[in-house]
Amino acid sequence: MSGGLPLIIGLPLVAAVLLVVLGALERRHSPAAGPGFFQRNGVAVGLYLALAVGFWAFFIIVLPQLAMVDMSFRPKLPPSQMGGPKDVFTLENYRYFLFGSTTSTASWNILHIKAFFLTIGVSILVTLLNFAISYPLAFHMAQSAPVARLRVLLLLLIIPYWVNEILRAFAFRVLLSSGGVVNKLLLGSGLTSEPIDFLAADVGLYMGLSYAYLLMMIFPLYNAIESLDKNQIEAARDLGAPWWHIHAFVVMPHAKPGIASGCTLVFMLCAGALAAPLVLGGPRTLWFTPIVYDRFYQAFNWPQGAAYALILLLTCIVFVLAVLRLFRLSLGEITR
Amino acid sequence: MAAAVELDGVNVTFGDFVAVRDANLVIEPGEFFSFLGPSGCGKTTLLRTISGFIEPTRGSVRIGGKDMKGIGPNRRPTALIFQNLALFPMMSVAENIGYGLRVRGVPRHERDEKVKNLLIQVALAEHGHKQVSELSGGQKQRVAIARALAVEPSVLLLDEPLSALDLKLRQHMRAELRAIQKRVGITFIYITHDQGEALTMSDRIAVMNAGVIEQVGNGRAVYAEPRTPFVASFVGENNGIRGRITSVANGEAVLDTPIGTLRGRNPVGLAAGQDALLFVRPEALRIGAGAGALFEGEALDVAYEGSVTHISMRVRTGQKLTVTLGGGAADALPQPGDTLQVGFEPRDGLVLAKAADA
Repeated sequence: MSGGLPLIIGLPLVAAVLLVVLGALERRHSPAAGPGFFQRNGVAVGLYLALAVGFWAFFIIVLPQLAMVDMSFRPKLPPSQMGGPKDVFTLENYRYFLFGSTTSTASWNILHIKAFFLTIGVSILVTLLNFAISYPLAFHMAQSAPVARLRVLLLLLIIPYWVNEILRAFAFRVLLSSGGVVNKLLLGSGLTSEPIDFLAADVGLYMGLSYAYLLMMIFPLYNAIESLDKNQIEAARDLGAPWWHIHAFVVMPHAKPGIASGCTLVFMLCAGALAAPLVLGGPRTLWFTPIVYDRFYQAFNWPQGAAYALILLLTCIVFVLAVLRLFRLSLGEITR
Repeated sequence: MAAAVELDGVNVTFGDFVAVRDANLVIEPGEFFSFLGPSGCGKTTLLRTISGFIEPTRGSVRIGGKDMKGIGPNRRPTALIFQNLALFPMMSVAENIGYGLRVRGVPRHERDEKVKNLLIQVALAEHGHKQVSELSGGQKQRVAIARALAVEPSVLLLDEPLSALDLKLRQHMRAELRAIQKRVGITFIYITHDQGEALTMSDRIAVMNAGVIEQVGNGRAVYAEPRTPFVASFVGENNGIRGRITSVANGEAVLDTPIGTLRGRNPVGLAAGQDALLFVRPEALRIGAGAGALFEGEALDVAYEGSVTHISMRVRTGQKLTVTLGGGAADALPQPGDTLQVGFEPRDGLVLAKAADA
């Protein structure tokens, strides 16, 4: 890793120092400068904030990701050869994702590419499903539920999330497997003559994924809808609007930032989910995250795993930004 | 022609709380009708009952002769202007005004034409493309009016829409509202706690208190001929003096009060021996040692306002009364601490039954 490590640590540090200097310059030349950061917060608190946030941003977020980027461009080598003459930057890992092993005869790496698009596609579907489930509930909670019922609903929503994610995934498996509760009920009531293989049909996967990130959707929606003036809904109704029109043209435009932030969260988490696809995925379904996992821990090819993870991350970011742009939303708005 | 709005024994209760009790009322087409009362008197509840957001617990609401039971606010021929206006912030001014038409599936070109006309009517022709947040308070007001008028309601309901404006704009909007009502010719039902608004704009006023419509009449009637102590003291300034009726004759009653024997009209036909209140307006009280002085009191505060002078005085019982003198009295103004001889004509005194709880 000659030059690699200094580069990884050095570059962001240089960038950070540059930003601070630029900020100081701008402050000196701007006409209406308020009290400085340290004047407002005091030296002790200011120093703590700067160091803590700096450490958090740098060591926990930027550094590991940069290490991943660096690794993804390197060949897989035994430790003894790392930093040796063979340790050069290469696009091999990205090439592998598209075209597979150099010894394979197929022209494209169909297996991985298919898993990749399946992951993105199903994540979109799960996000939409999640929105469809969450919106009515969030609307009820935000606009029409009495306080007492709101409390009960919030508790009912939150308490299940005290259960571990993997445990919840297995619970769905128990529920939906061929000999599971649902099939026993169906057989017992005579609705079907033989058990339905929900897991092979990926019903379990969709349910598990939708359920796992329900709160990520409900809370941003709830927050956004709650800030809507009730009179607006009544005004629309008074002007003759049917209920669906009110939702489509009054409530949803108002809640757009909340909808965007909920959908972004669910989509990102869904595309990166590991437990639910591993536990609930059907035998014919190959999700992308388990492939990434396998690169690291089965193939012991960390550089390739890093490249795969980055491909997923970048695609998701680009996709989300494109959708936000489509709905004329800025990143700043969804954090409101 | 059927009445614009008829209330027939309307009662609205929320749990144990009676918000509106036994409202019976006929509002004529083309009338500017106001509900006047303090906050919490049930006037907003009554308005929401007419617009359809609240179903009456008992009784019925008829609009244009048609019973409105089970008909939601989106299907009633009414349009409501909210206290906070409730304009849609994510739509432009023109989209706001056209919303009701869009909901009704009016074709785009027809809608645009209509919105344009309405924008001209409310003097906002240049502002159609703007966002609502770019408008001033008075302009927002006019957008709300145009939005409500766009759906061509037969009754326009207004829930204190002027209360958020400053005084000058409020007075200007009063005249404007009245002019708009004259022009479009539909029934306006206006809710307010401001008697000035009610008196200047309305054809008729219903004065409400604690869920009950106490009196209905034109501005002059509720001001000059109140029938209950509440109306007498709520509409305009008034001095109420307690006493007991000793005799009645020729539509007048003689009242024995702690500050002396007073005489006033007896419009509701009270009988001798009843506890009653005698109301006399500050501008009907006369001061001076001349004939007709009935009682005396000590001047506490003299506020000279140019055209009028308000004098606050205390009588023997400790009760405070207000006397308003007209212009021209400036030379002879009393000073605080002076003892005043006060009198009034019997026709300016009004004897009303004491309310059960007063």
